[in-house]
Amino acid sequence: MKLTVEVWRQESPADAGRWERHEVDDAASHLSLLDLLDLLNDQIAAAGGEPVAYESDCREGACGACGVTVNGVPHGPVPRTPSCRQHLRSFDGATRLRIEPLRSAAFPVVRDLVIDRSALDALVTAGGHVAINSGTASDAEALPIGHDDAETALDFAACIGCGACVAACPNGAAHLFAGAKLAHLAMLPQPALERGRRARAIVDELEQRFGPCSTYGECAEVCPAGISLAAVAAVHREGIRAWWRGRDD
Amino acid sequence: MTDLADTTIDALRQVGRALDPGVPDVAPDQAWAVRRSQHRLVSPGNRRHFRVIVVGTGLAGAGAAAALAELGYHVDAFTFHDAPRRAHSVAAQGGINAARARAVDNDSVHRFVVDTVKGGDFRAREADVFRLAAESSRVIDHLNAIGAPFAREYGGSLSTRSFGGVQVSRTYYTRGQTGQQLQVAAAQALLRQVKAGRVTLHTRHEMLDLVVADGRAQGIVTRDLVNGQIRAHTAHAVVLATGGYGSVFHHSTLAVHSNATAVWRAHLRGALFASPSFVQFHPTALPADSPNQAKTTLMSESLRNDGRVWVPTHPGDARRPNEIPEHERDYYLERRYPAYGNLAPRDISSRAARVEIDAGRGVGPQKNSVYLDFSDAIARLGRATIAERYGNLFAMYADVTGEDPYVEPMRIAPAAHFVMGGLWSDFDLMTSVPGLFVGGEAGSSYHGANRLGANSLLSACVDGWFTLPLTVPHHLAGLLGEPVLDSDAPEVAAAVASVRERVEALLAVGGRTRASSFHRELGEVLRRGCGVSRTEAGLRAALTEVSALRERFWADLWVPGDGGRLNQELESAGRVADFLDLAELMCLDALDRTESAGAHFRDEFQTALGEAKRDDDRWCSVSAWEHGSPPVRHHEPLHFSAVPMAERDYR
Repeated sequence: MKLTVEVWRQESPADAGRWERHEVDDAASHLSLLDLLDLLNDQIAAAGGEPVAYESDCREGACGACGVTVNGVPHGPVPRTPSCRQHLRSFDGATRLRIEPLRSAAFPVVRDLVIDRSALDALVTAGGHVAINSGTASDAEALPIGHDDAETALDFAACIGCGACVAACPNGAAHLFAGAKLAHLAMLPQPALERGRRARAIVDELEQRFGPCSTYGECAEVCPAGISLAAVAAVHREGIRAWWRGRDD
Repeated sequence: MTDLADTTIDALRQVGRALDPGVPDVAPDQAWAVRRSQHRLVSPGNRRHFRVIVVGTGLAGAGAAAALAELGYHVDAFTFHDAPRRAHSVAAQGGINAARARAVDNDSVHRFVVDTVKGGDFRAREADVFRLAAESSRVIDHLNAIGAPFAREYGGSLSTRSFGGVQVSRTYYTRGQTGQQLQVAAAQALLRQVKAGRVTLHTRHEMLDLVVADGRAQGIVTRDLVNGQIRAHTAHAVVLATGGYGSVFHHSTLAVHSNATAVWRAHLRGALFASPSFVQFHPTALPADSPNQAKTTLMSESLRNDGRVWVPTHPGDARRPNEIPEHERDYYLERRYPAYGNLAPRDISSRAARVEIDAGRGVGPQKNSVYLDFSDAIARLGRATIAERYGNLFAMYADVTGEDPYVEPMRIAPAAHFVMGGLWSDFDLMTSVPGLFVGGEAGSSYHGANRLGANSLLSACVDGWFTLPLTVPHHLAGLLGEPVLDSDAPEVAAAVASVRERVEALLAVGGRTRASSFHRELGEVLRRGCGVSRTEAGLRAALTEVSALRERFWADLWVPGDGGRLNQELESAGRVADFLDLAELMCLDALDRTESAGAHFRDEFQTALGEAKRDDDRWCSVSAWEHGSPPVRHHEPLHFSAVPMAERDYR
């Protein structure tokens, strides 16, 4: 299969960046999107050019390192699937791909397709943790958790921290990410002891670093971990609950 | 390095010494308690005067950094990722073992130790395995408390499942994403200490050298991957928790950036390297469908709880799997190992698959895989149950292959996975360089010659959360009042200068070939010569080939751009250069060890039934290599008092 690939090149955060066009002649349909980038880089290197910088690591959809925008869609045309698990066979015969970074004001471009997503970790640093020191936890069986509660907590905890939700949002909001963390920890008895102070800390940080949520719902459409819009509702619920109660739990 | 292919192994065997790991001379189940009572303490008020460097933010690194910071030490944590959560612990799927023994399936700490020591084919340190078992229970308590949503029964208790090499159910899990959930919880705990100001987190920093001064580890040299700045960081102690090097095989289940550089650089500065050739091939990876593919995809071993492994009885059978009648299928694991069946340990399952594939009974377009069939389980338990247990794995399989595993069997193949080898450490996890500690897969002591499934998340957690927080302070207690090494010290300047020179050397080769291409070739050499099974001739050939490849690397490497900004080609070149040196030591170690043990299978040493044949008279020891030209092989004698030595038998 012959593919036209237009890829974003940007030397540094300060550089304005530009599109670069390449023809890839032997893009087999079993290739993943990242295999295609590898193939493209071999081709660019063979011609003496500098390969395109992009991020990936586990290539199994768990680490959240990968993430590029393909034809305007974060991660690529297959819904709710990370870039590493997008395969050309599912691209409906597309012959032209425009590949650019996940774009958002909160994610400055480092180089080419590599972005700085540290704003997401700032939300976790603000309050996405549990105040239990090593060795001081009580017996995990001492606090029974219902099967369905554990599964629901896991539905939210499945977030891989890729940032596609932010890139998909016209406002650049990170409510899906922040809400997934809040909902996951609110469901579990030990972490729930700090539910109120966690919500205040994360919501404050969220408002400082990211845009507001207008419930467009684009975030959930692209989420490779299948986080539902209920996470967005969790941001509002947890925030209002914390404000209303005025307590740490 | 001299050309090792020409070195006589006998000469190497004359010079090493016996190593003492410092295990107290008591029964192995008491050893850790006795050792703990010997550890010196640092009073709470003095802890903030000490600085500790932790390299790596996976389960071992994030755990150690968080726990040390919780105690009051100042920690500098380093990761080459953009975020601590991305460390490769994230990719472990199936679960984490713990000897909590709540159910009435007759599990116990002792049985955990027996399974692990036997699984490792009697090449692990027994006292370390007892520690692993003894601390396993509170690992689950801790990770549960800090936010890992373990699977629960309807009654609210923790769920468990079985893994290879055991006959009880002691594996705790969160669907097929256990590593991810534990890793995210650990990264959160680390970020909590960042907020508290006790951890300084350095993301996108790669460790390129160790600073040794006054006979002890006192710092590291890093390259900032974004702006290329090379600088030293000094501390009272250094912990390496930088993971495994299975990625040396190019096609492996490891993340594409997993590498050996940090441990290899420490090795060059004096840390002994234990059992470098002990590499586990995971039996349930997906077969590679092209040589250019960057890695292979792992499918959790937990699938073998419900999937049945088989190949067609007739070589070259080209029918679709569902068209092959039952009597023309060979469920070879169930046939050869009736007691453990599809849950035979990984080394045995991988080797058995390799035997079938080499005999022409492999399936799939490349004839390089075997079937893992869920049809019986789906018929017995229903599709919904199978989906709840393995849904995300089935979805991943469908993404990668375009085939539906609910309808047709999966195709799986062995792939390089976990390395039991790593830096040698004593009972305190301290390497042969005082002040340099190691945790998780970067170390070497628990798993012997083969790791049991779900023991790797456990060993990373036990090291990070419960062992290093005791042993690092023991080292620090002797340094009370000592300032950190001055950044102008000659040892620091020399280490920084050597890193600069190396980066410049990589940029200056000026050849035509990308590092990734050399890496691919190296993987093929190792798979042929130092893979699932090894021979003397094959290893000698591999040594020659690795040496020639390294020569070509340093003559024909092409690295575009410069060192002053993000340059992934430069990063890759440095890692491949270290892989080339490590590969040589792996082959040498495998050549030296004239026995088969666990995943180290020498064709020359097998039983009448084709199983690994140990030579306990000569090789009941850990090989630990000292860097040199040629390298010197030391050995740590192993003693087993709680688990009687026997031939592994899973029949």
